[in-house]
Amino acid sequence: METKRPDPDELLDRAVTEEERRHQGKLKIFFGAAPGVGKTYAMLEAAQKRRLEGVDIVVGIVETHGRKETDALLKGLDILPHRIHSHRGRGIHEFDIDAALRRAPSLIIIDELAHTNAPESRHKKRWQDVRELLCAGISVYTTVNVQHLESLNDIVRQITGVIVRETLPDSFLNRADEIELIDLPPDDLLQRLKEGKVYIPEQAEKAMEHFFRKGNLIALRELALRRTAEQVDEQMINYRRDAGVRDIWPAAERILVCIGPNPRSIRLIRAARRMAAGLRAEWIAVHVEAPSHIKPSAEDLQTLAEHMRLAESLGAQTVTLTGPKASDEILTYARQRNVSKIIVGKPTHPRWKDKLLGSPLDEIVRGSGDIEIYVITGDSSEPPVKSSARSHPQLIKPREWIWSLGTVAISTALAVLTFPYFEQTDIVMIYLLGIVITSTQTGRLPALAATVLSVAAFDFFFVPPHFTFAVSDIRFLVTFGVMFIVAYIITRLTLKIREQAETSRKRERGTAALYALSRELVRERKKARIIEIAVQHIGEVFRSQIVILVPDEQGELGVSETGVGTFAIDQKELGVARWVFDNRQCAGLGTDTLPGAKALYLPMIASSGVAGVVGVLPVDAEKGFAPEDIHFLESFVNQTAMAIERIILAKEAHDERLKAEAQKVRNTFLSSVSHDLRSPLAVVEGAASTLLEKETSLNRPDRLELLRTIREETDRLERIIHNVLNLTRLESGAINIHKEWQPLEEIIGVVLNRLSERLKEHPLELHIPPDLPLIPFDTLLLEQVLVNLLENVLRHTPTGTPIEITITLKKSAVMIDIADRGPGIPALEEETIFSKFNRSNQTRIGAGIGLTICRAIIEAHGGRIWAENRPGGGAAFKFVIPIEGTPPALIPEKELT
Amino acid sequence: MKESPSTVLLIEDERQMRRFLRVTLQSEKYSVLEAETAADGLSQAATRSPDVVLLDLGLPDMDGLEVIEKLREWSAVPIIVISAREQEGDKIKALDGGADDYLTKPFAAGELLARIRVALRHAAPKLQDHGEAVFIAENLRIDFLKRQVYCGTREIHLTSIEYRLLTVLVKNAGRVMTHRQILKEVWGPPYVEQTHYLRVFMNQLRKKIETDSTRPHFLLNEPGVGYRFNPNLD
Repeated sequence: METKRPDPDELLDRAVTEEERRHQGKLKIFFGAAPGVGKTYAMLEAAQKRRLEGVDIVVGIVETHGRKETDALLKGLDILPHRIHSHRGRGIHEFDIDAALRRAPSLIIIDELAHTNAPESRHKKRWQDVRELLCAGISVYTTVNVQHLESLNDIVRQITGVIVRETLPDSFLNRADEIELIDLPPDDLLQRLKEGKVYIPEQAEKAMEHFFRKGNLIALRELALRRTAEQVDEQMINYRRDAGVRDIWPAAERILVCIGPNPRSIRLIRAARRMAAGLRAEWIAVHVEAPSHIKPSAEDLQTLAEHMRLAESLGAQTVTLTGPKASDEILTYARQRNVSKIIVGKPTHPRWKDKLLGSPLDEIVRGSGDIEIYVITGDSSEPPVKSSARSHPQLIKPREWIWSLGTVAISTALAVLTFPYFEQTDIVMIYLLGIVITSTQTGRLPALAATVLSVAAFDFFFVPPHFTFAVSDIRFLVTFGVMFIVAYIITRLTLKIREQAETSRKRERGTAALYALSRELVRERKKARIIEIAVQHIGEVFRSQIVILVPDEQGELGVSETGVGTFAIDQKELGVARWVFDNRQCAGLGTDTLPGAKALYLPMIASSGVAGVVGVLPVDAEKGFAPEDIHFLESFVNQTAMAIERIILAKEAHDERLKAEAQKVRNTFLSSVSHDLRSPLAVVEGAASTLLEKETSLNRPDRLELLRTIREETDRLERIIHNVLNLTRLESGAINIHKEWQPLEEIIGVVLNRLSERLKEHPLELHIPPDLPLIPFDTLLLEQVLVNLLENVLRHTPTGTPIEITITLKKSAVMIDIADRGPGIPALEEETIFSKFNRSNQTRIGAGIGLTICRAIIEAHGGRIWAENRPGGGAAFKFVIPIEGTPPALIPEKELT
Repeated sequence: MKESPSTVLLIEDERQMRRFLRVTLQSEKYSVLEAETAADGLSQAATRSPDVVLLDLGLPDMDGLEVIEKLREWSAVPIIVISAREQEGDKIKALDGGADDYLTKPFAAGELLARIRVALRHAAPKLQDHGEAVFIAENLRIDFLKRQVYCGTREIHLTSIEYRLLTVLVKNAGRVMTHRQILKEVWGPPYVEQTHYLRVFMNQLRKKIETDSTRPHFLLNEPGVGYRFNPNLD
C-alpha cells in the first residue's frame, strides 16, 4: 500500500494556516445530543471560571429558556445589549455583532451556533457572525446540538422524522479548537424534561411525543458521541503528525462523488462526507456538464449550485467537468486524481432508457478497473423536491406553434398537389422535410407535435381509406412507425445541434466580453481609466449599474473622491462595501451576508491585498444574480483587480527607481563635496603643522609661502561651503530669487575686485556696451555665478592666457560670455560639466559643484547657461538672462531739488 | 588716530574666534575686553566704556539686533557686527539699527583692523568734520564750501544728486552705508525703497570719478548691503 508522507508544500500550507489561526480567536464548542443536556449551563460555568481567572469576557447572546439555574450563572457576567429587530410586529432579539466588535473582549459567549439570523442582519447565520469574531481575534464559547450538523442532517431526519432547518457546516465544527461533549443519559434527560427543566410543561408534553422519544435520544446520543470521537481522532492524528510520527499515515484514500441537480444528490453528498470522515480521506464532488445536454433550466442551475455549496461546506473539493460522455469524464478525472472510491446514485429512470441510450452507471462500473464503485439510493421518503426543475421555463411560444402547425399544413397542401403524380413514400419525404424545417426553428414540444401531426395527416389524407384514420393495409403501420421514429430522431438531433451552438455562442460571448475587457485594460496606464473601463464593461455585460470603490491614502474606502460609477452609494451601502473590503468576501444582494443591500459587492482581490470593491446593482433588482453570473462576474472583477494591481506595482517600481536615482545623486554629491572639502583641508593641515613643528628651521620666504597657501586654501574652502549651502538651499526652495533692476556692470566690478589678486596673472578684456539698461537679477546669486565661472577659468587656464568678458544685449535678454584661451573643454563634455558634481576626469578636478550651482541659479532666473570650445582654442562659458517686465521709472533729476 | 591704546570689547561666544581676535588686536596694541554672552557684554560695555565693540550676531543668549538696540539706548560707541554669510538680512537690519560696520566670517585680520580704524576715526569728536572744508583722497579732491569736485586738476561736473551722493559717502568714508541709509540721506525718507535710483546714480557717478568704472576704486559695492567709499588710507 502506498503511504503518504508529508511533502514540503503541505507542511508549508499547514504552517501558513496555523500562522493565520494564531491571530484568530479560539473557538470552543459545547456539543450536545439534544436540547436540555446542559450545554448552556456548562458553557456558562466555564465562562464563570474564566471570569474568575480575570479574562475579559462578555455574554453576546444566551437563551436560558427561563431555566433558573442557568439564569443564576449569568450573574456577574458582562452582557452585551441585543439588537432588536421588529419582525411582523414582534421584537426579535438578535446578537449584535457590531457591538461585539466594538467592545472587542477577549472571550465572548454565544449560544446556539446554528441559529438563523433575522432577515436584516449582516449574516444569514449566526455561525458566520462567529467566524467574523474569530477573524477579529475574539475567542468564542458556543453551543450546538448534533442534529444541526449538515452532514448528519438526513440521518437525524430518518431517526426522528423531524426536518431540522437550521444547519451548521461540518467544516466549521472541524475548525473548533476544542469540542466539549455534554453528555446526559436519555433517561436523565427525559426526567429533566418531565420536571420542566428543559421546556415549559405544555411544550415539554409536545416535545416528548415527537422529538424526545427514548429511541430518538439514544440514536442522537450515539451520533454525538461518534462525531466527537471523530473529532478527537483527528486531533490525535494532527498531534502525531506535528510530533513527526510518520508511520501512521493512512493509505491515500480519495473519494469522488458524482452529483447533479437531482435532489437525491444531497444524500450522495452526505454519504460521501461520512465515508470520507470515516476513512480520513479527502473527497471530491464532481458534476459533469455535457455540452450536448439540453440546456439546463435556471432552477436546475440553482439547485446544482446549492449542492456544490453543500459539498464545499462539508469539506469537499468541487469540480465541474465538461464532456460529451459523463462516464468517460468521470473515470478520466478519477484516474488523474488517484481516486480510490467513486460514489454514484442508483439510477431512477426507466430501464428501457438504459437499454436504448446506454447506462452511464454501467459504463462507470465496467470502466472502473481497480476503483471501487459505491451505488447509493436516493431517499424514498424524500419527495423529489420539485420536478418543476425539469419543466421548461417558457411553455408556450406562439411563434413556434405557428411554425409547427404551419409547416404541417404546407406539407399537406404540397402533398395534396403532388399526390396524383407521386407515390406515398414520396409524400412521406415531404412531411419529413417539413419536420426538419420545424425543428430548426422551434423548441422540443412544437417539433414533437409537428411529428405526430404529420403522421396523422399522412394517415388521414393519403392512406386508404382516405379521410379516415382507419388503415386498410396493415403494412402502413410500419410506414407510420418508421416515419415517426425517423422524424423523432431528426428532431432530437437538430435540437441538439442548435442547443450546442447556442451554448457555445453564449460561452463565446462571455469569453469575448472578458477578452475585450482585458485587452482594453492592458493598454491603460492610469488607475482612473481602468476603473472607468471596468465600470463600462461590467455594466454592459451584466446589464447593471456599477460602482467601484478604491481605498484612499489612509486605506479607507470612501465615496467622495474614490468612488467611480454609475449609481450613487449611500452610507448604508458604503458600510456593506467596507465590510467586503475588510473581510475579502462577497456580500450584499444574493449572498448570505447582508443580503438586504441594494447591490452585490465583490472584493477585487489581488495578490498583495484587496485593491477595492466593485458594487453591482442589477437593472432588474428583483431578479438578482444566478450563481453562474456571480462566477462570471468574479472573473471580470479579478481582471480589473489584476489591472489595478499592475498599475500599483508599476508605480511602486517607478518610485523605487526614482528613489534609487536620487540616492545615487546624493552619493555622488557627498563624495564630490567631501573630496572638495578635504583637499584644501589637507593642505591647510599640512602647512600649519609644518609651520608649528619646523618653526625655527624654516626660512622666512618658505614660511610666508606656507602661510599664503593656508590663506588661499581657506578661501577655497569658504567658497565651496558657500556653493554647497546655496545649492542645497536653492534645490530645497529655501532661497527665493530676489530680482532687482540694476546695472550689470556693477556686479561685474564687484567680482573683478574680489578676484583682483588672482586675476593679475591674466590679461583681462572687458566688452561692455555703453548704454546697457537695467537688468533684473539677484545680486548675490549672480555674483556667485560670475565668481564660480571666473574661478573655473582661473583654475583651468595657464598663467598669462587672456580672459575676455563680453556682454551682448539681445532683444529681450542679455548674454554674458566668459572666454579663455586654455585647454578647452574635453569633447562631449560641454553639457555634462554642468550636471551635478561632474568633475571632468582629472583635467578639471575641483570644478565640483561650482558649475552645477551656476546652472541652478541661471535656470532659476529663467535663463540658460552653456559652454563651448572657441575657434582657435580655449573655452567659452555663456549665459543668458532674460529681461522681463518693465524697468522701474526714474524720476528725472531736474524735478528734484 | 589716538595715541593711547584704544579698548575693544569682544562679544563673541566662540572661544577659538575670541582667541584669534585677541591675538590679532593685542598685536596692534589694542587692549581687549572679552565677553562670552550678550548680558556680560552689555554690562562690560556699561562699566568699562570700550572705544569700539565687536559684536557677533549669533549669540546664544540674546538676539544681536536686541544687543545693538540696548547699547544704542545710552551709548554711541562704534559697533562692528560680525556675521556669518547666511545672515545677509540680519546684517542689513543691524546696520540700519545702529551698527557702524560689519564683517562677514571668515575675514582676514587686515580687513578687521581697517574696519576698527575707520570706526574709531568716525567716533572721534565731530568738530573735525565741521572744520574740514576740503577732502582729498589720492587724485580726488572735494571742496565742500564751493561744492566742487576735482579729479586731479580737472573739475568734474556733478548733478546735485550726484554731489550729495558723493558727499554722504565721503563723510562716512571707509564705512559701509546701507541702501536705505543712503537713500534716506540723499533722496529723503520717502525714497528708502527705491534702490534702483541709487544704483543708476551710482553708476553715473562712477563713470564720472572713477578711472575704470567697471573696476571701481573709490565707490565700492557691498553686494546686497550697500556702498562704501574707499578712502584708501591703508
